Amino acid sequence: MREEILKLIEKNSRLDAKDIAAMLGTDESAVSEELKAMEKEHIICGYHTMINWDKMTDERVTALIEVKVSPMRGEGFDRIASRIGKFEEVSTVYLLSGSASDLIVTIEGRTLKEVSHFVAAKIAPMDSVVSTATHFVLKKYKEHGVGFETENTDDERIQVMP
Amino acid sequence: MRNPLSKTVVDIKPSGIRKFFDIVSEMPDAISLGVGEPDFDTPWHICDEGIYALEKGKTFYTSNAGLMELRKEICAWYKRKYDVSFDAKTECLITVGGSEGIDIALRAMLDPGDEVIIPEPCYVSYVPCVELAGGVPVTLSLKNENQFKLTAEELLSAITDKTKVLILSYPNNPTGAIMTREDLEPIAKIAVEKDIIVISDEIYSELTYGDKPHCTIGSLPGMAERTIIVNGFSKAYAMTGWRLGYALAPSLICEQMIKIHQFAIMCAPTTSQYAAISAVREGDKDIEKMRESYNKRRKFLMKQLEEMNIPCFEPFGAFYIFPCIKEFGMSSDEFATRLLNEEKLAVVPGTAFGDCGEGFVRISYAYSIDELREAMGRINNFITRIRNGK
Repeated sequence: MREEILKLIEKNSRLDAKDIAAMLGTDESAVSEELKAMEKEHIICGYHTMINWDKMTDERVTALIEVKVSPMRGEGFDRIASRIGKFEEVSTVYLLSGSASDLIVTIEGRTLKEVSHFVAAKIAPMDSVVSTATHFVLKKYKEHGVGFETENTDDERIQVMP
Repeated sequence: MRNPLSKTVVDIKPSGIRKFFDIVSEMPDAISLGVGEPDFDTPWHICDEGIYALEKGKTFYTSNAGLMELRKEICAWYKRKYDVSFDAKTECLITVGGSEGIDIALRAMLDPGDEVIIPEPCYVSYVPCVELAGGVPVTLSLKNENQFKLTAEELLSAITDKTKVLILSYPNNPTGAIMTREDLEPIAKIAVEKDIIVISDEIYSELTYGDKPHCTIGSLPGMAERTIIVNGFSKAYAMTGWRLGYALAPSLICEQMIKIHQFAIMCAPTTSQYAAISAVREGDKDIEKMRESYNKRRKFLMKQLEEMNIPCFEPFGAFYIFPCIKEFGMSSDEFATRLLNEEKLAVVPGTAFGDCGEGFVRISYAYSIDELREAMGRINNFITRIRNGK
């Protein structure tokens, strides 16, 4: 049942336990308990909202930073990745295979200058960081499986059909 | 000027749901649960094949019966899924939607006076197609207490010595009813004994929920030589606008159907046929995803109706439910009209699908959960008012 619940709320976190229970043909209390348990176990890590910020403001930029690091003895990449992740400007940190860089870090900031400054001041000088390369995102086309470019969301179907 | 019109055509009753369509389209904040098609986009790999076919300049007619590659894929798919064998060369025809398949199957078989048994409630085209083909439609009222399945006794009661064809349509529009293998066995036995041909409209075959998978009557003993299976891509792959279907029929009948198709249509749209190859080859996972989603909405609606105390048998197919509204003391048409005017919610009166649909309405769940929740709220407001005598 856990997987079924997760598949539903992954696409729509606003579904409440009552709706989920109806859709899965089970009772509300069972769903509530599973939700609580999964929150506690950190399987469910939050209920966020997908926002196309480009439509709201120009003062918001995203950058992908390739970070090359020398792994630390006994710690591998985990320690440096965790340290980078502590900054609130950082929204994702991934370890990569088969790339010239080791980590890819997503940073959100207000302006290009702010982000560049953050990388230069906080990431680049870290002890085991060998080099960084900053790529600014010009336009987001799709995120979390949702296309940002959908022009028309009206229901174009014939509304009454035999 | 002389009367330019055919009497047969003029005598065909216009569809009763036109007026709902007109009102809904003038009502901007109306919600409609009246659609008859999926709310999913066609899976992109299918669109991509269609686009690729256009880019490669595949814009000519195909052979009358359709692309051989597609026919082979369809026959293999039906064999794999439903255990019936058809020869791609002589027993498979690609049509313009399932609707064309129904029409030309009837035209290929009927002579004036031949009777066609049509269990109702059912899709609206069967009766007019029989009339246009010169046959005599014999409608048969199915019952809610049988979950709108056709029973052996009902079938026997409608058979005369002029009966030639039976149209079976499961999973059913508008009721959502299905017929399992066990349900179909006695029907098949009668068809063989009484020498009746069955047109099996299986357009909703892939939208079957519950433990029992869809079963085609063509797979039952003695039925291969007397079954025409009509199916298509519209519902299974969310491809309504591509207008593509197919018929699987014994070569004796298929040959004559191809003749009509050749003169009336030439061939089904070429772009759609190329796209459909990708659908049959790689579309099983798409079907599964959509079916899972419909099934959740189906359960959601059943739960909501239960909470509102509106009686409804559990439908295991298509994307419709067919609740009974008799307790409100109105005809289906009145119920649907008032619901639309008072709550701005459109459903389709059961009578649009035959007189025995009186007392029922069809609700489509090809909508998002948010839309369904809002719509159920409106129904709840409406019936609460009526139950309180307002």
